[in-house]
Amino acid sequence: MAEGLLLSMRGIEKRFAGIPALSSASLEIAPGEVHALIGQNGAGKSTMIKVLTGYHRRDGGEVLFAGQPFEVGSPHQAQASGISTIYQEINLVPFRSVTENICLGREARRFGLLDWDSMHAEAERLLQTFGIDLDVRRPLMDFNTATQQMVAIARAIGFAARLVIMDEPTSSLDEGEVAMLFKVIRKLKAGGVSVIFVSHKLDELYEVCDRVTIMRDGKTVRSAAISEIDKLDLVSAMLGRDISKAQGHATAFTEGRREAGATVLSASSLAARQAVQDVSFDVARGEIVGFAGLLGAGRTETARLIFGVDRARSGTMKIDGETFAPQKPKEAIRAGLGFVTEDRKLEGIVPELSVAENMTLALLPRISRNGVVSEARQRELVERFIRQLGIKCSGPNQRIRELSGGNQQKVLLARWLATNPKLLILDEPTRGIDVGAKGEIQRLIRELADQGLAVLMISSELEEVVEGADRVFVLREGRTVAELEGEAITEDRVLQAMAHGHSTQTEEVGM
Amino acid sequence: MKRKADPRILIGTYGVVLALVALIAFGWWRYENFLGLFNVMSVLRYNSMFALVALGMCFVIMTGGIDLSVGSTAALGSVAAALASPYGILQGAAAGVGIGLLVGILNGTLVTRLNIMPFIATLATMLAASGSALLMANNQSVSVSYESGFTNLGQGNLWIFPVPAVIAAVAYLFGSLILNFTSTGRTVLAIGGNEEASRLMGLRTDRIKFLTYTASGGLAGLAGVILAAQFGAGQPIEGVGWELFAIASVVVGGTLLTGGVGSVGTTLAGVLLLGILFNVLNFENGMGWISLSAYWQSVIRGAFLLVVVIIQARLMTRRSQAA
Amino acid sequence: MTQSLSQTPARSRSHFDPFAFLSRYGTLIALLLLILFNLLFTRNFTTLQTLNVNLTQVCTIVIVAVGMTLVIGTGGIDLSVGSIMAISGALAPMIFLGTIMPVSNIAVSVTAAMVAAVLVATLLGLFNGWLVAYFRIQPIVATLVLFIAGRGIAQVLTNGNLQVFRLPEFQWIGLGRPFGIPAQVIIMAVIVLLAAWMLRRTVFGRSILATGGNERAAELAGVPVNGVKLAVYAISGFCAGIAGLIVIAINSASDANLVGMGMELDAIAAVAVGGTLLTGGKATIVGTLIGALTIQLVRYTLLANGVPDAAALVVKAAIIIVAVWLQQQGRVR
Repeated sequence: MAEGLLLSMRGIEKRFAGIPALSSASLEIAPGEVHALIGQNGAGKSTMIKVLTGYHRRDGGEVLFAGQPFEVGSPHQAQASGISTIYQEINLVPFRSVTENICLGREARRFGLLDWDSMHAEAERLLQTFGIDLDVRRPLMDFNTATQQMVAIARAIGFAARLVIMDEPTSSLDEGEVAMLFKVIRKLKAGGVSVIFVSHKLDELYEVCDRVTIMRDGKTVRSAAISEIDKLDLVSAMLGRDISKAQGHATAFTEGRREAGATVLSASSLAARQAVQDVSFDVARGEIVGFAGLLGAGRTETARLIFGVDRARSGTMKIDGETFAPQKPKEAIRAGLGFVTEDRKLEGIVPELSVAENMTLALLPRISRNGVVSEARQRELVERFIRQLGIKCSGPNQRIRELSGGNQQKVLLARWLATNPKLLILDEPTRGIDVGAKGEIQRLIRELADQGLAVLMISSELEEVVEGADRVFVLREGRTVAELEGEAITEDRVLQAMAHGHSTQTEEVGM
Repeated sequence: MKRKADPRILIGTYGVVLALVALIAFGWWRYENFLGLFNVMSVLRYNSMFALVALGMCFVIMTGGIDLSVGSTAALGSVAAALASPYGILQGAAAGVGIGLLVGILNGTLVTRLNIMPFIATLATMLAASGSALLMANNQSVSVSYESGFTNLGQGNLWIFPVPAVIAAVAYLFGSLILNFTSTGRTVLAIGGNEEASRLMGLRTDRIKFLTYTASGGLAGLAGVILAAQFGAGQPIEGVGWELFAIASVVVGGTLLTGGVGSVGTTLAGVLLLGILFNVLNFENGMGWISLSAYWQSVIRGAFLLVVVIIQARLMTRRSQAA
Repeated sequence: MTQSLSQTPARSRSHFDPFAFLSRYGTLIALLLLILFNLLFTRNFTTLQTLNVNLTQVCTIVIVAVGMTLVIGTGGIDLSVGSIMAISGALAPMIFLGTIMPVSNIAVSVTAAMVAAVLVATLLGLFNGWLVAYFRIQPIVATLVLFIAGRGIAQVLTNGNLQVFRLPEFQWIGLGRPFGIPAQVIIMAVIVLLAAWMLRRTVFGRSILATGGNERAAELAGVPVNGVKLAVYAISGFCAGIAGLIVIAINSASDANLVGMGMELDAIAAVAVGGTLLTGGKATIVGTLIGALTIQLVRYTLLANGVPDAAALVVKAAIIIVAVWLQQQGRVR
């Protein structure tokens, strides 16, 4: 029955610490097909992939690859069998050269020793298939994220794989690079190579995929040709609930825009190093200001300037009309700012500490006397926020690393809300969070703005910016190139500004 | 996107070689006989043990690990070699290297199988090796057999070159070849640069790490063989602090302690630099102008390490800012 | 994110999980078992003298290990503690013996000696912290500098000579027994209690764990990360300084070649066995105390039952491995 299939995974079981992560999950891939694998966070996509590549050992079920029983104990064996994987977080070695990153594990040899010349040539050739031309001898860390992602893809393709797995490969690529990636995918497909494509961006799936498998709660809930299933069906299968509810989330975020109050923060002609050249904007009480832009447009870098993580070379900032030039985060916090960072794991949570300790981290001076933390005040505060934000945890003393991504994000939001800020900077507030929690967080942001908080929201999801923000500043190559407001905020215009530096109806920024 | 090689990086990497050349030039200018055959050869002879230990350490550190057991392992190796020396040169050497390999295999197993942090795993084997050395030697030094010719391994010459220096030179040649021209060597650096990524890239990280600890143990055992042969006795309490001296040499040689960046050649330069500092101190005392006790040696070495790490730290922060 | 080691069920109140249990209480259980064993099989174990021997031997290790626990809590390590002990131990007698300059009043000179020695030790710790915090040098390398140079400084100060003295005004710190309890035990208890309270209840303690657990997050939340690092290394230097004084007081002599030799490893072993996470972010002072006591008692038990000291080293190695391994098994990922 598995006739003609390249890969057939059936009845896969996997448990972590006794808790099932996969239960009778299945996945079937035909040769030369691009197969979308989708599902909410925690649906089991990554676990499924890691079972396939031998990173995790399965607890049950069977895997057939090219008709043969497939038993691999390590990513190494999977690679040798023709399965190459590109992971979501770029997993390469920054200190080493581009060549090494592409060729490690299948080095060219001459007389038993490495043949550097042909390795460099091979690396260059592979990268040129993407139209990328760079010095492959330089260490990888000298290049930007998108380039590194391309190197990762070049590496996977270089292995002459029969199956290439791409786990959210486009999350750090700009439009042009995505188009290039799709070209490569089609080329692979034409060569008979199968691709498993994991993505949260629905449009991309329809553009490049042939079939789709939808997972939920560790089970495969549907598998079909992508032409037979429309977006709404896809989303409802993923969520496992009514479509109308899913729409409800979006509207909650959209509605309730109201008139903005007094300006809280204004910045003009900010500049620092290369990433920020000339950025001007302002945020007022009760409004959500969106920062749109491609990767590397300088959005996060600007946020870091505002929060005193990095220092501006020139330009001025004012808070409530008073000059503001923070030298470190502590000063920004004192001035009434909060900053929920892009990378939760790297810059957000302190994994070994409890929910309560994480939540009060920015508040320590205020809940202590003479350097001694007041347990009573801490408990009162933490319990209030757990209730208000609906944080799902066993209690204030549960360690934060045991929480889901969405709940961790809520704790981080609470960390800053507890400081009672004037302005909250949110960098990719819903990245890597499942659809349900995402809607909740978006609604929460709107509520906060309604209560008078000024919000500066950076998001790479066009939809989030367009539907969520009251005003949008578009950044491009370190400059604010457009300011859009009200009806003028459309996906079309934002895209235009991101791509060309101006929208059809550009309002001059600044003075 | 193409850029020229950054001169600051070159200084960071080869600065130690420059410093070594400068120190030698200073010695040559200031002291008679500094570059005399006798002095050069005795410096090489004495420092070859440290060079061997530092070579193993260098590979372990490049994977992002550390091996604190090398000093004790060398002591254990010297005892084993001394005990086996009556049976012949080869037997003595094999005993020392063999027992070093055993310690290395134990380290590798603890780190890769039980996933115990290298610092703690090798701290434990350091104690265990030291205890075993004392037990085997019955708490005293074990004199080697002079009949079998075993002492040639430490005291003999090949033409004008001391045997231990020749052994160390061969080891470094091999080490350099492995690091630069085999996939094993590149994998060592990849693991140190990003272990998780290397694993996901399908590299056999555990096997390579295991190999580096085994090699480090074997090289420490070999250093122990030379120790026994050079001083005519297996010394169970020698080797204290060798591990930290080796780490210092590796760091001075420009290898990052976090792994991922390193070089065999500059490690050797680091060993020689710290060794020659001591030699210069001796000559300076011999001049009679000043009299610095031998205790100054460690003060100067420490100060030197300080200067090097501060320069390296400065270069690294500039670089990360530039990137 | 190492491989998913733990196949153990999540920690819950209804299910008993042997690994989680052992990782939490394993060392304590081992300590109690050791005491039980000794009560049954070791002669003269229940005498006051036995208690004193063990406590006095473990005191300096515990004091140094407390500082080490805080440093490791921030994700650092301090290899220089042994050398700092040697400096403190070399400096104090030079002052109260009048080597540097003669002082007639013994009370003044002893006070000056103790204050100066501990102050210098603290400053050296501060120097370590400065290298780590402001130059961003890895702690193991930064403290390696003083590990190498520090003992040399102590040797240069004393010219490698043994300083012998008999001075009750000073030696109470190692030999005194107010209320029949050795003074050093009291000092140890005070330091342990203070540090344990501080780590648990104060802003500084929380800042240590946040710095070790996720430095960037801590900095973004306004925690003065650099200040915290400076402070813990200074505290570690302070503890080493006191330990150095106690050691020379017990010996009635100061030998720069020997004071604090290998102490860094003993202290780290105690911290690791005690359950502090060596990568930082999770630390326990009481655990460190239990860890040090366990290691000490194992050695005592073996020696008291005729096992040679060298073999005790091997056993100590095994204990470290087993303790750390058990803790890893107990960690739910």
